[in-house]
Formats: sequence, C-alpha cells, structure tokens
Amino acid sequence: MASSVPKMCAGRIFLSSRRSLCTCNRFYAKSQTKTKKDRTRPLPGDWQGRVGLEIHAQISSNSKLFSGSQVQFSAPPNSLVSPLDASLPGTLPVLNRRCVEAGVLTALALNCHINRRSLFDRKHYFYADLPAGYQITQQRLPLAVDGHLTFDVYDESRSQRQVLKSCQVRIKQLQLEQDSGKSLHDQDNREVLVDLNRAGVALMEIVTEPDMVDGAEAAAMVKELQLILQSLRTCDGNMSEGSMRVDANISVNRSGEELGTRAEVKNINSAKFVQKAIEYEMQRQIQVLEGAGEVEEETRYFDWKAGKTISLRDKEQRHDYRYMPEPNLPPLILYTDTTSPRGMEDTVVNIDRIREQMPELPDATRRRLVEEYGIQFQHSVALVGEGLVEYFETLVDVKGKGRDPRSAASWVLTDLLEEQHKRSLTFQECPVTASKLGEIMDLVAVGTISKSTGKKILGLLFDGDNRSLLQIIEEEQWAQIRDAETLGRICDEILEKHPQLVEAYRKGNKKVVNRLMGEVQKATNKCADPTVTSKVLKQKLEGQ
Amino acid sequence: MNHLQRLYSAPLVGRSVLLAITRRFSSKVPSEPTWEEVDKSKLPEPTKIDQDTIDHLERLALVNFANKEGIARLEAAIRFADQMFLVDKTGVDPMDSVLEDRELYLRDDKVTEGHCKDDILSNAGKVVEDYFVAPPGNIPLPKKEEYDR
Repeated sequence: MASSVPKMCAGRIFLSSRRSLCTCNRFYAKSQTKTKKDRTRPLPGDWQGRVGLEIHAQISSNSKLFSGSQVQFSAPPNSLVSPLDASLPGTLPVLNRRCVEAGVLTALALNCHINRRSLFDRKHYFYADLPAGYQITQQRLPLAVDGHLTFDVYDESRSQRQVLKSCQVRIKQLQLEQDSGKSLHDQDNREVLVDLNRAGVALMEIVTEPDMVDGAEAAAMVKELQLILQSLRTCDGNMSEGSMRVDANISVNRSGEELGTRAEVKNINSAKFVQKAIEYEMQRQIQVLEGAGEVEEETRYFDWKAGKTISLRDKEQRHDYRYMPEPNLPPLILYTDTTSPRGMEDTVVNIDRIREQMPELPDATRRRLVEEYGIQFQHSVALVGEGLVEYFETLVDVKGKGRDPRSAASWVLTDLLEEQHKRSLTFQECPVTASKLGEIMDLVAVGTISKSTGKKILGLLFDGDNRSLLQIIEEEQWAQIRDAETLGRICDEILEKHPQLVEAYRKGNKKVVNRLMGEVQKATNKCADPTVTSKVLKQKLEGQ
Repeated sequence: MNHLQRLYSAPLVGRSVLLAITRRFSSKVPSEPTWEEVDKSKLPEPTKIDQDTIDHLERLALVNFANKEGIARLEAAIRFADQMFLVDKTGVDPMDSVLEDRELYLRDDKVTEGHCKDDILSNAGKVVEDYFVAPPGNIPLPKKEEYDR
C-alpha cells in the first residue's frame, strides 16, 4: 500500500466534502434520485465484475505506533516528530500497546482469527515522506486473518432506505503498520514540501477477498466498516481527513470465465467515490476488452473532479518492495486468560479481556432500536448511519416519561438533519442539544405550538437564537390558536373572501377544504390548530 | 577490484571461528583458527547480470553503478555469496533476529516525545515554512545507451 500514500495528499487537501453529505438521508436523497440513476449503469452483456478492497484505517491513539510523539490532525508542520519518526540513526521502535489492543478489538469485531504470535516486516520504497526508506508492516504473519463482515446494500436512490441485498465479504487479514508523512507538491517551484507529523502514525490495513461484484457493494462495505470502527472507537472513520483510505482491486470477466486481470485504484477517500471509481473502472475495462485490448495490471488513481480513473504509468517499474524481517522487533505475543503470565496482566495484551470490552456493533444497534422503540427499520438504519443513535436515545429517554420514539425519529432524521445540511454542519457541530429539541417536541405534543412552528423555532436555535422557547413563542406570537371561537371568527373572514370556493364545496367538491385550510394558515401565520380548524371549517361549510 | 578478488577466494570461515570472535573466554574456542577450502566445482554457475537487472537495482538502491566495473563488482559479490550453498542448513530455520525468541515489549500510549521541530529541522538541507524540501518525485534514470562508457 505504502507507495500510494504520498500521492493522496493533494487530493485530500481539495476534498472537504463532509461525511454527512456522503451518507444519504431522506431529505438529501430526493434531490439526488435522478443523477444517481443515470450514473449506475448495469454491466453490459454477460460481463461481471469483481472487487477486493484494502482499507487503511488510522488507529485512534494518543501517540504513534512506534514512538511517543503525539497524533493529531492538522498540527503545525513537523511539530509532532520524534527522532525515530525522522529516521535518525540510533533510534529504535517501541510498540504502542493501545494500537495492538485496537487492532485486536477490530479483528474480533470482524470475526477474525487472532494470531497469538505475529511478526513485523520492512517494506521498502523510496519517497521523500518516508525518511527510513521502508515502512514497518506485517507481511509474513499479520495480527489477524480469516474474518468476515456482513452488511446490507441499501437502495440509496429512494427516500426510504430499502435493503436491496445482504452481502458477506471475507476478510483476508488485518495488519498493523506505520503511516508515511505527507507531501505537498509545489508545481511552480518544482519542489516537494514534506511534513512528517503523520509519519509513524498507526494504521490497520484491512484486506478483503475479492468478494464484491460492483461499486454499490464496495461502498456499502466501506460504510459498514466505518460505522463498526466508529462504534469500537478504534478509528474515527473520517475519510475526508484521510483517517480511512481505500484501495480497490477491480477486474471484470465474462460469466463462466476466469477472473480478469485486475487494476488497482489507490487512495479513494469517500464511500461515494469508491462506488464511482469502481463503476467507471469496470466500464473502462469492458471497453478495453471488447475492443480486443488487454487490461493492464497497473495502479490507477481516481480523479474525482473528472469522475475518471487515471493510470499512474508506473507499470514498467514493477514494484519490488524487498520485504525483510524487521530485525529490531521481536515477535508480538498475545495472551488469553489461560496463558496470561501472572503478575504481568497490565503489560501484556489479553485477547479475552479485549473481547469483554466489545461494544454493541451497528447491526445489533439497528435491530435493538426497532425492538426497543418500535420505530421503522429504515429509520433505525438512518439513525445508525448518521451517527445519531445517542442523540435519538437521549431525546426519547427523558426522566420519568418517555417521548414518542416515532415522532422523535422523524424530528431527528428529517428536521434536525435538514437544518444541519442547510448550514453544511456536521453532527458534531450541531448547536441544538437533544434536551432542547425535546422541549420543542413537548410543546408540539401538548399543542402549544404547531409542528411547523416547531420547525421554525428549530431553525432559529440553529441560527443562534438565545431566547427561551416560551419567550420566542410569545414575542413572535407563534402560540397555536386552538380555541374554536377565535378560529371561527378567522374562518368566517376567509369564507367571506372566497365565495367561489364555498360555492365549489356546496357543489360537492369537498377537496376545497384543503385550500381554505391553507388560507386560514396563511392568515394566522401557520398558528391555527389544524384539527380544530378543519372541524370548524367543515361545520361552517355544512351549516351555511 | 583487488579486495574483492581476495574476498572471493577467501575460504569458508568455520562456525567455531565466529564463536571465537564473540565469546573470547569460552573453553570451546579452539586456540588456532581452522580453515576449510571451498570446492569451487560444487558451486552453482556464476551469475551473469543483464542490463535490465542493473536498471532495476539502481532504481531500488538509488545508487549509480551501471558501468563495466560496477557490474563486474556485483557479479563478484554474488559469486562470493554463492559459497553459502555449500553450508548444510537442514533443520535450521532462517533467523530473523537475535531477539526472535524474546517477545515484544509494549509501552503505554503516552505522549513522551516530539514537539522538537527546531531540532528535527536542523538536519534539513532546505526548509520552507517548517517543511522539509525535497526534489519533485524520483528522478528518472538515464537511457540504456548511456551506460556503455
């Protein structure tokens, strides 16, 4: 993998698309429906595709894999560099226990076999942001092997997340390795600027078997893995900051024939681009093969602006990484309850202890939300997918009394997300707490304000309105009008203004009630209680 | 070239001699060095290095040695290493490191280093705004014809 690391840097700087925009939600999906359908063409004829992924996930830790320097995104250049990270002579690597534990926890979540004894190797290549000239990785005997991950592919073109199919992908291995530094390419001065802050940060490389058939499956796999890593807290899963990067090995073949030659598309940094890159690359390979050409085994990168994969033209230079055992690191030994050496419990890694720390995984959360709160499965999927489970549960579980879970799901998934997207905020930046949204929900539930007023208030809170809810309602005169007498007077005025509608109603067109309702709402600044209004209106229309 | 010739014809050094160097006070060390002549007829055919391999190695090593003398020297070095074929390795796994029967020490996840930008950058030939400055990518190597000097 490592040779690719430097090349992604430029891409990463351009990419500011937020995670929440990559994942689909009801409100956002609607506007996308059309373009998405145009893009996702099925493979022509009897062609079929194969995809295997290599995912590099940065381990969430305080310090680096083999040195005690700090891990932090976007720190001042070269401020987080120890002599080891700069590959100065006389330094030796010392492995970080937290990184091993994070690797084991992740491997357990991916149903892997954990190797009690694993080894480190050196992988050599030359690049300015890899000062040692090699990367320490695990090639011969990795931390874990032979796992699998089950995930659902959702129909993202619909407003409701329907499950299209369930898939399982085999995990070939999970290994620990070092990240490289970052290069900034200054084309004008023909220089490369190197920042070693990322050099030596711990990565888990998760390698899958080629079990996926198209971009949608691969993207769904990446998203599910991202959610798993986030719930394990072993990686923040932030693809736009490069905490998760994907290489895809892609090939096509005619059904019944052997797998085709694969091309590798490196450093894709969003789930959406994973899908696009794979779809583009499969179509490209089919065109090449149908034109009697041959697919070359090569490395490509995905130009997300052009929506194309482009050859890196390094094929004549066959990579020879000259793997060799890392002589400075003895084998990594992991223990279980039965083998753990007495008196050393705090210094060794115990697989059984780590298994006990396994949190609820996204798939279990989805099922639990449906069972516990009776919400729809699609809503449960959306809550998990958007990282809103905790928010939702805080909103529903208030002391003493609970709020209606279905209504809470709708508030969170429709209204809260809509306000966030309008302002391009991530969930972390959301200024409205669950308890504040809960207050709005309560006011709507008891009828003090209408749902649409509630939405307006939510918008104000997002804009930084500091007033209390009751103050806002009073000052804006947004309290719902529920008393029949007041509404009756307003209805009379409306009926007087629209004799033609009244006429139409009498002639049997009952639907005009809706228009009249609209007029009442307009006149009352949307504060008329719809149930009472409708009742009053009908009474008046029938009575006249 | 001279010293290589000497290395090439140097006899295989016995295990006991190595021990003598590392463990001076062991009683198992013979007082005199022992020598064994290498039977050159049992060695494999001498390796010939072609131009493509030279290109490849130069790229990997970032060392410029693609001239007639360089190639001869490389071939001599390989010939020297060929002697290893005569050693009986049955039942012996290759050794990764002298520490391979130990286990890895694991440290706590604490920040103990770094924050020494000025020290780190003091080794750099060129620095721009606290970045190391490197040439643009790996330098393409010259064409084949340029080797035959």
